[in-house]
Order: sequence, then C-alpha cells, then structure tokens
Amino acid sequence: MERILQLFANGVMAGAVLALPAIGFTTIFAVLRFANFAVAGHMAVGAFAGYVVNSWLGLPAWAAVLAAFVFAASIGVATDHVALRPLRGYRALTVAIASIALNLMVENALRFGFGNAPRNFAIPLMRDLSFGPIHIDPQQIENTIIAVVAMIILFLFLSLTTTGKAMRAVADNPALADSKGIDPDRMARIAVAIGMGLGGIGGMLIGLDASIDPLIGFRSILSVFAAAVVGGLGSVPGAVLGGLVIGLAEELSLLALPSTYKAAVGFLVILITLTLRPRGLLGPRAA
Amino acid sequence: MINYLISMATFGAIYAMLALSLNVMWGMAGMANLGVVGFYAVGAYISAILTTRLGAPVALGLVAAIIGTAVVSALTTLGLARLRDDYLAIVTLGFAEVVRIVAENEAWLTRGTDGISGIPQPLKSTLGPDFNLAYLIFCLAVLAATVFVLERVRRSPFGRVLRAIREDAQIAAFSGKDVLVFKVKAFAIGGAIAGLAGALYGHYSSYIVPELYVPLLTIYIFLALSAGGLGNNWGAVIGAFVVVFFLESTRFFVEIIPWLSAERLAAVREFTVGLCLLLILIYRPRGLLPEPLPRLAGR
Repeated sequence: MERILQLFANGVMAGAVLALPAIGFTTIFAVLRFANFAVAGHMAVGAFAGYVVNSWLGLPAWAAVLAAFVFAASIGVATDHVALRPLRGYRALTVAIASIALNLMVENALRFGFGNAPRNFAIPLMRDLSFGPIHIDPQQIENTIIAVVAMIILFLFLSLTTTGKAMRAVADNPALADSKGIDPDRMARIAVAIGMGLGGIGGMLIGLDASIDPLIGFRSILSVFAAAVVGGLGSVPGAVLGGLVIGLAEELSLLALPSTYKAAVGFLVILITLTLRPRGLLGPRAA
Repeated sequence: MINYLISMATFGAIYAMLALSLNVMWGMAGMANLGVVGFYAVGAYISAILTTRLGAPVALGLVAAIIGTAVVSALTTLGLARLRDDYLAIVTLGFAEVVRIVAENEAWLTRGTDGISGIPQPLKSTLGPDFNLAYLIFCLAVLAATVFVLERVRRSPFGRVLRAIREDAQIAAFSGKDVLVFKVKAFAIGGAIAGLAGALYGHYSSYIVPELYVPLLTIYIFLALSAGGLGNNWGAVIGAFVVVFFLESTRFFVEIIPWLSAERLAAVREFTVGLCLLLILIYRPRGLLPEPLPRLAGR
C-alpha cells in the first residue's frame, strides 16, 4: 500500500512534467493539423538552454526555465518557418515525416555543439522530504510547481487574451477564422512558439530530474505522444489529463513489470485508447 | 578494397529490401510505417533463434522469418489499419521501440543486450574466403526476385486497389473493396520483405544485438525511398544504394578532415541525412524516379 502511494505521488509529478511537451504537441496539432515530431528536438533545445544558463552562467532555476522557453520557442519558430512552412497544405503525413527530418537536424546540431555525453545541472542535492511513508525529492516538487504555473499561464492566455481566443478559433474552424480576418500564418507562428517553448520547459524539467543529452526529448517522445493521444489530439485540457494518465500508468506499471518496460507502457496505452475511444478522453474531433 | 566494396554492396541490397518493404506499405498503400526497423528486427531474431538454438538450417530460418514477420505485421495492422495515417505513424514507431525493448529484456529468448552471436553463415566452411562474394550474389538474387514479384504486384489489380486506397480510401470502399483486408495484406507483404531483409543481415554478419535496431535506421530507409521515388520499386532500390554509398563514404571524411572528432562527424552525417530528406520532400517530392502511373484516357 505504501509502495502504491509512493508510486502514485511519483506518477502525478512525472505526469505534470510530461503534460508540458504533450500540450505543446497537441497545440501545434490543433492549429496546423499534423503530428510534429520536432517537439522532441526542441525539448532538448530547452534542456540545453536551461543548462547553459544554470550551469555555465550560474543563474537560478527561474531564469533557466525562462531561457528554456525562449530558446526552444524562437528556434522552433525559425526552423518551422524555413523547413516546414513550405509544406503547408501537403498531406499531414508528408509534413509529419518532414518534421522527423527536421528533428534529426536539430538533435544533431546539439550533438555537434555539446556531444553525446550526459550532463548534469548545477543543483544542490537535497534530502528527500517525508510525508508519512512517502518520500519526495524537493526538486520534483519544484518541477511540478513550475509545470503547473506554466500551464496556468497558458490557460489564462488562451481564455483571456484576444490572441488566445483567435488561436482557439483557428483550431476550431480554420475557414471561419480566416474569413473573420484572423491571420493563419501568425496563429501558426504563435502555436509553434507555445508548443516548442512548452516542450523546451518540459525537456529542461526532465533534465533537472536526471541528466541531459541531445536525445533527451526523443527518449520520452512516445510518452509525450501517448499523453496527447490519450487526452485527445488537439485538446489542451486533454493533454494535461493525458500527461497525468501516462505518468501514473508508467509509475504504477512498476508494480507488475520491470522498470525497463516503462517505455512500452505509453505504447500500450495508445493502443488501448485508439481502439476503445479514438478521439481520446477529451478529444474535439474523431480520429 | 574489393572486400569492402562487396560488403557495401551487400548492405545496399539489404537496405534496398527494406526500401521495397516500405514502398509496399507507404508508396503503394499510403501507410507510413515508422516501425520498419521493428519488422527488420523480428525477422532477424526469428531466423537467428531458430538456427542457433534449435539448429534449424539457414533456409528454414529465412522462410520462418518471412512467414513469422508477415504474421506479426498482419496482426499489428489488424488493430491499426483503421487509424488516420499520422496516428499509424506514431503507433508503428512505438511498435519498433517495443520490439527493441523486448529484445533487450527477454534474455532467455534473445540473450538480451549481449546479442546473439554465432548465427550460421550458409556454406561458410565450403566457400571459405569466397563466402562474401557468394553471399552478395545470393542477396542480389533475392533482391531481383523481390523486385520482380513486387512489379507484378504493382501492375496487378491488387496493386491498383492499393493505390486507390492511398488516394482515397472512402471511394475505394464505395466501389466495394474491403479496405481493411487490403491494408492488412499490404502490411503483411511489406513486413515479410523487411523480415527477410533482417534474416539476410543476421546470416551475413553472424551477430545481432538490440541496439542495431534504432529508429535512425528507419529514417535512412525513408530517405532512400523518398530519394529514389515513392511508389517506384526501381527507385527504392537505387535510393537504397545511394544512401548506403553516402553513409559509407562519409567514413573516409575522417581522413580528409582530421580536426573533426568522430562524434561531430557522425552529427554532421546525420544532420545531412535529415537535410536531404527535407530538401527532397520540399523540392522533389516525387524523387529521382517518379512513380509510373497509368496514362489516363484522352491525354
């Protein structure tokens, strides 16, 4: 029972972090309607941006989070403009494959600069906090808080600002939004910036928990996809819920499976979701 | 040098089989399989396990790899073929990762991360030093037979239905075609070819290990097929040889550019692979050899 509680707590915290890149992925899907695999590479971009700011420049965690967002967002918009924008209007599958090519380029640019060897953030090791039988690393609590704050800011942006509402309008009905004078290119840029930026923060938080290397995003991309698909592709609240579901499923799987099989859990959950409820839990559209 | 060329050509033939396999699924039926490497691994492991553990002859291993991978491929598709094509891409990527994880963990069957060594190389003791050349000729013969069969498939009514499904599955369904059955068959054929390629590799190198079967290999095959010409069997073969030539030739750059570490060189190589794939998709989406399409009446 104690073990279940512990895994449950771990799952919620891992899920909150996982939700960020999943929101990023689903936001880009909602506006541009293709599966953007380059989220993986931009998670790594964010992780390295945060690493440089934290370990090389010695700035605190909040500055690193900001750097992760800004770098991943701006590199995301720039690469999208050059590499994927020429393919707008092509089949979703073609653009998705192009995004895999772009992802390979982003990851290898990082590999060229930083090498493959894993690196650690300069953060002090802290004693685990104990809540009764449950032990929690303070870093994980901090990560969860950062993730939740980022999500709250995003929800405020989407529901209160004109731009946020315009973006939801494009996601809902692109033709109608276009006829209302909403610039689709601008909305695409904002969606990519938010998507890759949140991916960048997510990548950095995963790195804070362990270590970073250019493939940090790619290793968790299946879990990210799984979270977005379970929640319903294109639904931001769905991605949050999906992140929690996948986080919990991966941790609780440890009760029955060796930890090496954790990566297969996301795949199983995708299969089950797509078979039983292809739209996902909160999906706006049928698959 | 000649030995090096022979081994390069053998890899070219094996990659060409993989590109042909992807061409059936993606080129003809329009279903992008990001898990090609998973089927390649399944074929390699089936044949390796049968021949090393149970002492089966190589020929039986190859046949079992073809049939076994076709069955695995058909079963996975059965649940997936109804999915939108980009969902399918995500799920097949996951499938390949799961195959690799299983191969790493189920050591009782696959020897885990140690890999399986001592996979029999057919007629190695009889042929001695001529083995490599003989095996290359064998691979090329298998490749030629595969191209021959797939060209028949492409021209057959079956191939036409696959293209119809690719262009518009709904219209194909309206004309009374059972879309699901055709998709499963296309995946089974594609899977079988990838499985055979995997077995051919295992009996050539005599050693397989899970870390060989990474998603990067699938990207190489996507590059090969896109460069050669999606939907064109000959294009797939040529594209595969071009990609192998490019990957291998970059090895010699180490001598030309000594200030670049091996790691950075690998980064440059993979960056270039991504760049080429992207440029082809943007500027030459039909590849070097465009898909031969039947002429429409009146044009």
